[in-house]
Amino acid sequence: MEKALVLMGCAIGAGLSMIAGIGPGIGEGYAVGKACEAIGRQPECRGPVTTTMLMGCAVAETTGLYGLIVSMLLIFVAPGMFIGRL
Amino acid sequence: MNVDITGAKILFRLPFGIVITETQVNMWIVMLVIALLCKFLTHNMKIKPAGKRQVIAEYLVKMASNFVKENMGEGFMKFTPFIAALFSLASFSSLSSLFGMYPPTSDLNTTLGWAIIVFVMITYYKIKTNGILGYAKGLTEPFAVMTPFNILGEFSTPISMAFRMFGNTASGAVISALLYAGLAWLSNLVLQWLPEALSSIPLLQLGLPAILSIYFDLFSSVLQAFIFCMLTMLYVSSAASND
Repeated sequence: MEKALVLMGCAIGAGLSMIAGIGPGIGEGYAVGKACEAIGRQPECRGPVTTTMLMGCAVAETTGLYGLIVSMLLIFVAPGMFIGRL
Repeated sequence: MNVDITGAKILFRLPFGIVITETQVNMWIVMLVIALLCKFLTHNMKIKPAGKRQVIAEYLVKMASNFVKENMGEGFMKFTPFIAALFSLASFSSLSSLFGMYPPTSDLNTTLGWAIIVFVMITYYKIKTNGILGYAKGLTEPFAVMTPFNILGEFSTPISMAFRMFGNTASGAVISALLYAGLAWLSNLVLQWLPEALSSIPLLQLGLPAILSIYFDLFSSVLQAFIFCMLTMLYVSSAASND
């Protein structure tokens, strides 16, 4: 019973921590939209704009990846740790 | 339906508790491949390029030095070998997942090691330009109350760099494993009416994983290597600039 509770808590927590994916999704979409606007206005700047956009996207993605790492820890590491302590 | 997602497997153990995992062995293979590639491209060089090999090598070197010059300026040209080595190591080790190997970059130890090297370089350049007192004073700005946050900020740079690369590669591996398992289950369900020998072949695994693999293995891994190098250059050149 306790094991089931621990596993349930870990699974729910892992799912909840991936809510962090919303933020980078919105942010990256906004950045890409603005980059498209910029390329549409000045097509000759395509190269530098694309590079800068990819950089910005990668940095914005970091917060989402933190959520991913927390959920991976909850799935792969936390159950073993807590069940071992019971 | 069993999904098998593991970290790096332990291959063998050395005395004194040293453990050799898949990460290290695959990294050695990647290093060997890069070294052999460099040897192959540069051996028997002439002043007038004779074959295609030397043209390719010159093109790669020129591209790397232009890349560093654009992003760091003329004064940092000595960083070209480091950046080129970092980029080739990162992209080749991520691309090794194309051959079904365990990519060394999906182990946090690898990426954290690179990030610590970058952190040491950043701190070295900050101390070199501002002096050790200037560096300590820079941590207390704008107010003395902010010191703990500034110190945290210093350490968050390598951690975010390491987690970014690790998270991208590892999430690709996890998603591919989940997709393979799900497709195997689905094709078992759909093809149940066929005789046993045919229905055990997961036919649905044919097309879809390839598309995902192009994104995760080819595009994302090279992009992450590029971003790691780009951030290294930006951080180091901003640490060395006197402002």
